[in-house]
Amino acid sequence: MYRKIQIQLEDFGIDAVLESLKSQTSAAGGFCFFAGVVRDLNDDDSIESLYLEHYPGMTEKQLHRILDQAESRFGLLGAVVVHRIGSLLAGDNIVLVAVAAGHRGEAFSACEMIMDYLKTQATFWKKESTSGGDRWVAARGSDLSKEAAWGDASD
Amino acid sequence: MKVLFFASLRETMGCSEMVLTSDQPETVKALMTQIFLPDGQSLASYAETESLLLAVNQQMVDRDAPLNANDEVAFFPPVTGG
Repeated sequence: MYRKIQIQLEDFGIDAVLESLKSQTSAAGGFCFFAGVVRDLNDDDSIESLYLEHYPGMTEKQLHRILDQAESRFGLLGAVVVHRIGSLLAGDNIVLVAVAAGHRGEAFSACEMIMDYLKTQATFWKKESTSGGDRWVAARGSDLSKEAAWGDASD
Repeated sequence: MKVLFFASLRETMGCSEMVLTSDQPETVKALMTQIFLPDGQSLASYAETESLLLAVNQQMVDRDAPLNANDEVAFFPPVTGG
């Protein structure tokens, strides 16, 4: 499987990532992507900016472990994960997951599973700056439920 | 042994990294009784009220995980990326 994992301060272009994935996976018949952006509202407070930190080294390993599982479960032909760190503003790109598969079913499922696992296993943390001050974002129980719904495939 | 802290725990600890040179603990659980927050409580006591995840050599483990002298141990709150 073709794979690329990038953790970066810089913005990314969705089209460029998709074109690059497509050029590496000529046997693929279906592509699916998820793009996450900074919202301007969370828990009723307006978000002025967001700071993202991560655990260098471990984050990359966790993402590789997640892609290993998606590859073996869905027979993916390619997967790209781009995740930004540092200071971001409302509307900025945060994350892009793009997958290539033989057909649409595997592509939809793999993209969703990768995102669900990324949410609970990849070592990133968000801190929001709101009109009411700075606060670390709390993990959501619903994310753990979504991860669990995929079964025991996670390590 | 190197111990790392991230996100809200890094701020609570007042540092991102600490090096442990004496009293080699046998497990993560034992290590947590040897680390103290600026307010004096142990990390073990802090973890009774705050959600905490841990990793040894960049692999998620539970508190019974054994430790070796050159391990990299990390403590952090539940992750919130994506």
